[in-house]
Amino acid sequence: MKELLIVSLAGIAVLAADVIKFRKAVLPIAVASLFSLIFFCIVDWGRNENPMDNNMLLFDNFALGFTAILTFISLCWFLITTEYFGNDARRTDLYALTLFSICGAVLMVSYTNLVMLFLGIEILSIPLYVLAASKKGDRLSNEAGFKYFFLGSLASAILLFGIAMVYGATGSFDLGIISTASTAMSSPTPLLNAGIVMIFAGFAFKVSAAPFHFWAPDVYQGSPTPVTAFMATVVKGAAFAAMFRLFSGTFGSFIETYGDVIAIISALTLIIANIVAAVQTNVKRLLAYSSISHAGFMLGAILSAQNGDPKILLYYILTYGIASLTSFIVLYHVSAYQQGAEDFNAFKGLVKRNPVLAGAMTLAVLSMAGIPPLSGFLAKYFVISSVLQSGYLWLVIIMILTSVVGAYYYLRIIIAMFTPLENSGRIVVSDFQKYLFLLLSLLMVGLFFAAAIPDWLY
Amino acid sequence: MELLPNITVNHYLGLSVLLFCLGAFGVLYKRNAIIMFMCVELMLNAVNLSLVAFSKMWGGTDAQVFVFFIMVVAAAEVAVGLAILMMLYRNQHTTDTDVLNKMKG
Repeated sequence: MKELLIVSLAGIAVLAADVIKFRKAVLPIAVASLFSLIFFCIVDWGRNENPMDNNMLLFDNFALGFTAILTFISLCWFLITTEYFGNDARRTDLYALTLFSICGAVLMVSYTNLVMLFLGIEILSIPLYVLAASKKGDRLSNEAGFKYFFLGSLASAILLFGIAMVYGATGSFDLGIISTASTAMSSPTPLLNAGIVMIFAGFAFKVSAAPFHFWAPDVYQGSPTPVTAFMATVVKGAAFAAMFRLFSGTFGSFIETYGDVIAIISALTLIIANIVAAVQTNVKRLLAYSSISHAGFMLGAILSAQNGDPKILLYYILTYGIASLTSFIVLYHVSAYQQGAEDFNAFKGLVKRNPVLAGAMTLAVLSMAGIPPLSGFLAKYFVISSVLQSGYLWLVIIMILTSVVGAYYYLRIIIAMFTPLENSGRIVVSDFQKYLFLLLSLLMVGLFFAAAIPDWLY
Repeated sequence: MELLPNITVNHYLGLSVLLFCLGAFGVLYKRNAIIMFMCVELMLNAVNLSLVAFSKMWGGTDAQVFVFFIMVVAAAEVAVGLAILMMLYRNQHTTDTDVLNKMKG
């Protein structure tokens, strides 16, 4: 509970700091609150508090683990985007909105009641609609905010109708009671079935899984790049954690009924995203499609986790989050230097123009492609091996084939960076940011070895 | 005494599904942002209707409390949505969604 209090109070403190014209304190408040959030997650680890607030929230190890990881990615996000927010007069508002959004993410990983799930999703999404549209004069940003708002509301309404139907079928919003009631049925009643399918469709919208992914490329491309980085990492991670809690915990007894559906959606997501990404010329849009394709992998992690072990998903979100954050922020630096150009040509000669950015981007892209010895390889390996254990051989084949397609378009970015370019200026980033990029690169390699040690993950 | 004994929860559910589908159809089909907006509200209110009906069926009050939560969230969404709409209108002088075609592929 204090995890939730810390981050929401920090959001209010940031707003208050703006009111009393003490803008210098804004970033330190945000960073300190996120640090203490991680600290409390570690302190509370394994304590297994009792459910709070009339069985609404439960900060068990699952919630603490995902909170810690999402907070860590948000922390990196806050520190690495300082240049974008720089002297923007609205940055206090944007920071406060981001903190409230993180508050929603904490709710989404710790709910034990469908009411809290809905509130968490809305608290996560509503600030993001504003953030996506935060470049007021830019038409692309307008368009992104508008599309995100309408399709997000549509998804929430669908999810909500699913919740209403589950309530109608079981008579409760509480996950424990729903779980008991649904285990008692040998097969789900039509009402419960419809409810679960609609909740799943709502989640598929939120995590941008095919065939509900069509909003994501536009929104990711149009939003300001740092906001896109936040959406692709923290938001997606929170949505998957919430999905995991529901579909492998509460509705886990129906996994045989729904397993094939999840597998087909995962396969569709992988195929569509990777093939469309391969023909993109805009790198931001390419990274958006790559983010969709990773949603396909994470769906595989949910599919295969019948025993409710979230480690694979946790590791995937962490490694993908770090790599994706790095790639989007490098893209931001590159395109900010070239009047907003986001195509492959903008990356030409990056090795000469800024070796640190080029190195970090290379590692991030290779990690997302799944090349050893980078953590993305192990993340994909764990997912694939557990999907194989669940008996979906055809899905494994699709995962491997689409990864090959993925390697093609990821390598195109690397080739562009190593193409020499005449009379190009250097891209300057501050020393602090340089160290952050180095730290993220180190993590991409380090997490591989941390997880490759046996008995650590298994 | 039951006021309308012939109306069961199924009738409410049918009406709510009808309203929900109308709303979803409107969001996906209509080209005017304001109408799309009304359609989202219609979908949320369809959910409210079914929740209240289910609440009566199960004899609990938790779903009725949830309805209030949904109303609050819907109000917050309206505030943000109208702000985005205003900004759009200022930049493009229309609320027609056909102008939102800058990104493709």
